Amino acid sequence: VTWRRGMFLAGVATLCAWVLVPIYLIALGAVGGEATVNAWPKPLWPMRFSLAPLRQFMDIAGVWASVLNSVEAASLCMVVSIALGAPAGYALARYRFVGATGFRLFVLLTRAFPVAILALPLAVSFIRLGLYDSPIGVGLMHSVLAMPFAVLITASLFQAIPRELEEAAWIFGCSGPKAFLRVVLPLAMPGITATAIFAFVISWNEVFAASILTVRHKTLTAYLLTVLSESPLHTQFAGGFILIVPSVLFILLVRKQLFSMWGLASR
Amino acid sequence: MRRGAATPYLLIAPATALLGVLFVVPLVQTVGLAFRVGGVFSLGNFASMAGDINFDAALVDTGAVIVVAVPLQLALALGMAMMLRHLRRGRGLVMWVWSIPLGISDLAAGLVWLAILTDRGYLNTMLFRLGLIDGPRAWLTYETPATLFIAIVAEEVWRATAIVLVILAAGVQLVPKEYDEAAAVFGASSWQRFARVMLPLLRPSIQTALILRTVLAFEMFATVLALGGQNFPVLMSQTFDAQYFQQDYGVAAAYAVLVMVASLGSTLVYLRVLRTPKEQLG
Repeated sequence: VTWRRGMFLAGVATLCAWVLVPIYLIALGAVGGEATVNAWPKPLWPMRFSLAPLRQFMDIAGVWASVLNSVEAASLCMVVSIALGAPAGYALARYRFVGATGFRLFVLLTRAFPVAILALPLAVSFIRLGLYDSPIGVGLMHSVLAMPFAVLITASLFQAIPRELEEAAWIFGCSGPKAFLRVVLPLAMPGITATAIFAFVISWNEVFAASILTVRHKTLTAYLLTVLSESPLHTQFAGGFILIVPSVLFILLVRKQLFSMWGLASR
Repeated sequence: MRRGAATPYLLIAPATALLGVLFVVPLVQTVGLAFRVGGVFSLGNFASMAGDINFDAALVDTGAVIVVAVPLQLALALGMAMMLRHLRRGRGLVMWVWSIPLGISDLAAGLVWLAILTDRGYLNTMLFRLGLIDGPRAWLTYETPATLFIAIVAEEVWRATAIVLVILAAGVQLVPKEYDEAAAVFGASSWQRFARVMLPLLRPSIQTALILRTVLAFEMFATVLALGGQNFPVLMSQTFDAQYFQQDYGVAAAYAVLVMVASLGSTLVYLRVLRTPKEQLG
């Protein structure tokens, strides 16, 4: 039995290494700069530890601007999808109304469509609206991708909050909106925050639509995609690493909600 | 309820409006764009698409990665979900580590694997130290299609198993422990308990995970460009090429429609094949 337990734990450890070692290796490439990238055979620890290569990457013309564009688009995506998605989630959780099932299906269905089908004609419409080549256009497009998650996850969050709490607030003289703000919202806040961060990361990571919808004001992913074939490897590794850092932090922040988020959203 | 009947409709109106303007309208436009040449109905765009020199390769490559990677992801995620169940301590930590790739973009993941698999990368360093190769060696070129394919599958398994795992692990939590215990009392082996009790009860989660994963796999794009450049055409890189470089919007739309049909088709297949039996609906 102990031998089997040992094998089991070794398996768990191997799978942890399978996830973590590649991230460690690109981090080596990112902080090692040109010298590490060209070294042969490569050492498995940093030849020298310095953030200079990352700073050099940020100093490349266009990189810093693209990071700011990414943050702007992702923030907009986060705000729009929560501001519009959470009320819809609340409606699904608290009201029985004609069309509720249809609406839920419609929202779910948007997930089954490829992003290309939306991004291609939006490039044309955005030119007309003056949203083409701007992080605002990209953020709006991304909010469509985040919307199903925002609606369905907030719906399950609100469902998990007992209706009786809200009704008690009404009895004590709170109006509907006030009861929502004072009673329901504080309880749902951790879950809503996790959903918002998730929406941010969806936008931060998205490549295809961001590349189609921008030319000069590229997001970080769109920028990295265009320079893939022409920039040296250490630049690419630095870029990849900078893309990863917020994602890892994100999973750390929402790890408690991640489980319940998906458990409920996938039902 | 004491609130007005209009309230739920007012609450869903903003989300519906956004999805209407930025989802339904573009969807209709893309289909229109794909099926029209010079303002009249035509299959010309699809003919140009199918006539493209890379079309067959893109279709085969996309399909091959999905057929190989998705079952691997499902098997690995099932194993991981079972392992989590038997873990006594540190379950939260392990779950966190295993779900990290969930937040990593396909572009970044492609670059991660590029760092490992490039000529002077870490894989070759290891092989060199073990005496298996003499010096830097290329794995990701036009001349090495087999290793390029393996590299892309490895990246997909590394990055996208996490989403399957999270959905399955959430499903496992919903399975009452008593079922498993009852099966054990009646003398079922641990394999029988997994195959006969756990797996059927996980069917809805497996279905959700497979649908989501396959739809996303049809959209694979940046990973392939990061690892293989133009050496490994897939449907979405062809779409991007038609839209961005050729500026042939009709053909790009035709590709998008093809990807959409493939996504919806596979979703229907999963819904049908993995439907939950009636007696199990509770």
